[in-house]
Parts: sequence; structure tokens; C-alpha cells
Amino acid sequence: MIDVKNISKTFYVSHEVKALKNVTCRIEKGEVVVIIGPSGSGKSTLLRCLNRLEEADEGHIIVDGVDILDRKTNINKARAEMGMVFQSFNLFPHKSVLENVTLAQSVVRKRSKQEAAERAMALLKKVGIAEKAKVYPDQLSGGQQQRVAIARALAMDPKVMLFDEPTSALDPEMIGEVLDVMKTLATEGMTMVVVSHEMGFAREVADRMIFMDEGAIVEEGTPEQIYSNPRQARTKLFLSQIL
Amino acid sequence: MRRPGQRSRLGRGRFYSHFWMSFFFLGVLATLSGLYYATLKVDYVWRWYRIPQYFYYQENVEVRAYIRGEVAEITREGDVAHVLVIGDGERGEHKLPPDAVHVEQGDTIYPGDVLGSYREWRTGILLLGLWMTLKVSLVAIFAGVFIGLAAGLCRISSNPALKWAAITYVELIRGSPLLVQIFIWYFVLGTLINTLLAQTGFSQLSPIWYGVTSLAFFAGAYVAEIVRAGIQSIHRGQMEAARSLGMSYPQAMSHIILPQALRRILPPLAGQFISLIKDSSLLGLIAIRELTKATREVVTTSLQPFELWFMCALLYLILTFSLSMFVQYLERRAVIS
Repeated sequence: MIDVKNISKTFYVSHEVKALKNVTCRIEKGEVVVIIGPSGSGKSTLLRCLNRLEEADEGHIIVDGVDILDRKTNINKARAEMGMVFQSFNLFPHKSVLENVTLAQSVVRKRSKQEAAERAMALLKKVGIAEKAKVYPDQLSGGQQQRVAIARALAMDPKVMLFDEPTSALDPEMIGEVLDVMKTLATEGMTMVVVSHEMGFAREVADRMIFMDEGAIVEEGTPEQIYSNPRQARTKLFLSQIL
Repeated sequence: MRRPGQRSRLGRGRFYSHFWMSFFFLGVLATLSGLYYATLKVDYVWRWYRIPQYFYYQENVEVRAYIRGEVAEITREGDVAHVLVIGDGERGEHKLPPDAVHVEQGDTIYPGDVLGSYREWRTGILLLGLWMTLKVSLVAIFAGVFIGLAAGLCRISSNPALKWAAITYVELIRGSPLLVQIFIWYFVLGTLINTLLAQTGFSQLSPIWYGVTSLAFFAGAYVAEIVRAGIQSIHRGQMEAARSLGMSYPQAMSHIILPQALRRILPPLAGQFISLIKDSSLLGLIAIRELTKATREVVTTSLQPFELWFMCALLYLILTFSLSMFVQYLERRAVIS
């Protein structure tokens, strides 16, 4: 489904920062992959490279047979197939909840107003927030906003969902409701790439975990492997710090 | 929350605010009477009653015959009277209001004789000037917004040609006086364009076009900077979210970024529009009779400069104040929706 081959990325902020160093990984269809790692390890950069919100300097990323880093690729078309959920929700504050979910459907997918609204209501029901359809985002709690953001991404009927620390900006009591929605998605067979520190979530739904540090993949494996039997010293150290 | 006029626990009471408000009004009154006293000292005679005629006045219209002959027929149809004068192989027809006719059938008429006279309301020069100022400003505002929006978008574009064109434009305009720009538009570009138009057989453009253009380009540069700041004040995540859904850059701009930016730039934009209305007073220098030039003309004939300049300032104030009220209304609506 997603094939990442030898990508590298360097940022220039007063000095050179190598965010990704020669990263290679594969994500299969229907797989749930959780990426963990200390802050600054490049996990968010890797995720953002997948839909070219960041442009990798070197390497190739093939999503569903399409080379994301090819100049000839229609990136808008490719992005429409990849839903993304952000740490800070990024709902459109000047649009109602319903409009947030219908806008891209009509603008990008060219669906009729009624079709888009029906799809949006079904998804809002699914994430348990249908009664707030007419409300504006600033009247919602963080957890509710993030669930709307998930519905907004799902409305495009993406083939893969990317989650960039979806629960990091939430108050503790709201994390559960967002993780529940994500679990439902996972059980339905959605391909998911999740950057997260939610270890319980990872253990429960991840098919595979990737541990990153200093811009490189240090270790990959099933949750059991990573938790109970990490091979690398850095993985052990990180897990001992957060568990 | 405190009710208006209610004394806060530790704050100042009602007496405090009343005392200082009276102080303020006394100050205003003292300034005005000081001014009035000074004008009396220099023997200036205030004649406010002469001012209304520059807004609206009645003109005596006389209808005169242009041939020699006899009044052959006077027909009254509704509120128009036709006076037919027949002379030696000539005929003259005149239209005027029925009760304005001074002649009767059979009267002998010589060229230049008054057939009738009536009074007609005419728009005064001040009102015409005000209308011209309003017209010029509105056109310049609309054009300026379009120019500014385009230049602002170019300014943040990643294309170097667009970006540097916008930077050059903004810096050139902001770096020179508006009066100089008006002269360049009128005396330099105007001469060039009009000469070229004349050579190719087209009619020439009147000064008002060059005046409006100079104002529009001047305002556009400031609007461009306001637009750029407004767009850049929108969180980066908004653009990322829109793009991640598969929207193109123009789609994301028009659906997500610009609607949000517009709300933020409304107040500084209003300030710019108000400046533009005031700056339009410079157009008098290229023979456009807007409010300031109209006032200057009236002053030279009426010799009542004090009343007229105060009136001129008041008329500008009315224009700018209504505009700022209108923008406040828009702002309130934008906040609610």
C-alpha cells in the first residue's frame, strides 16, 4: 500500500537539522502501524512526507502505485486518497461542523450538496457527534473537535488514514473518546499510520510498531515484541521512560 | 459585570465622571467661543444663510424667441404649453410650463423677446463636488481592493517573478508622495496615452480616469500589505488541513484562507478607505472638480471662506463617518455568522 524507499529530509533552521536519514519502510493494506519515538525523532516528519506536506529531499514514496515525489503526479488527487488528522485538529473555524465535513466532498469530489450532506451526517453519527452538526467548531470540546476532524478526513473515502499525534493536545478525559473512534476504524480494516504516545492503544490495535530515533527507524515489530522483548538499547531506554 | 454608571467597589464614583465630562464640554465650548471671538476681532461677518445656495438653488430660466413673427398658437397639454411663433416663412416652437407663458395669441414678437420665464431648482456646486468625491472614491476603492488582493497574493507567491513584481509595486507606491503620483499619471502617462489614442483615432481619456487610476494604484499598494498580513495571520494548519483533503492551492485560498483573512483585515481596510476619501482632495490639482476644488471655487466668488471650509470639512466627515459605520456593521455581521 505504502512503500517508503530511502527518504531523507533536512531542515534549515539557523542550523542544519537532519530530520530523516535514509528511512525505508512498508505499510500493507489494512495494516495499523503505530510510530513511536522521542520528540524530534522525525516521526511526524515521516508521516507528513507521506502526503507531501513535507517534501522529502531524496528517495521515493509509492502510495497505491503512485509515486508521491514524482513531479508529474497530481498531488491533489493523491492527497484526496489519504486522510490526515492533525494534533491541533485544524477544523475550519468559519464553517459549521457539517460544512467542515461536506466542503472537500463538494469541492474535490464534486459530490452534490445532498449526497455530501448525507455522507457527512452518516460519518458524524459514526463518530458520535451528529447532534452538533449545525454548531461551529469553537463551541466544541477538544475531543469533539478531533472526532469531527476524523469525520472530515473519512468523508473523502480515503484508502489510508494518517494520524499525527491525534490525542496530544487533548485533556486526559477526552482522549478515550477519540481513541475509541480510531479503534472502530481499525477493526473495520482501515489502513492506518498513527504517530502516537498512546501505548495502551498501540498494544490493543497496532499490527506493527515502528520505533524511531534521531531521524532513523531503530526497531520494528509487533507490539508484544516491542514491549516485552525490545532488541535495541535505545528502545528499552525510551520505553522505560514512558511506561 | 458592572451596570453602566454603577459605582465599582474600589473605582471612582458617578461624581468623578460627571465632573470631568462637564470639563470636557466646557473645553469644547471655550475653544469654539474663542474662535468666534477672534473672528469678530478681525471683523469677519458670518453669513451661514448664504451657504445653502451652493447645495441647491433656484435659477430663473427665460425662454426667448429667436425669430420675428406673431404668436400663432398657444396649446396647453397637461403641464406643458407649446408656443408657436410663425414669421416670414419661418416658424419657432417653444416648450415651457403653462403658467410661465407671458405672451398671448396674436402678439408681435421680435427675436430676443421673452416669451415666458420660470424658476427651476439646480444642484449647487458643493453638492456636485461632494458627488464627484463620492464617485471617484468608490470607484478607486473597488479597483484598489482588486489590485491589492492580486498584489497581496502575488506577494506571498512562491513564483519569484510575481513576488518581486509585487514587492517593487508596493515599495514604489509607498515610497513617493501621492501628489507626485497623481502628476505622473496625469502629466506623464496621461500625455503618453492620450497622444497614442489620438494617433490611433480613439477619443482621449478625461483627467478623471487618470485621477481614479492614481488613487486606485495608491490604495492598492497599502491594501496589498494589509491582505498579505491578513493571510499570513491565519494559522498554517488551516492551509495544511485544506491541502491534505486534496484541495488545490486556489481552492484552499478561496474557501478556507481568504474568508478567514477577510474578517481580520476589515478594520485596517476601513482605515485605508477613509484615507482614500481624504486623499481624493488632491485630485483638484488636475482639474477634477471634487469637493475641495468646488469649495475653493465657491470661496473665490462668495468671499465667505470660514463657513465654506468648515462646511467642506464637515462634508468629508460625513462621508468618512458613514463609511466607518458601514464597516463596523459588516464586522458585526461577520462575527455573528
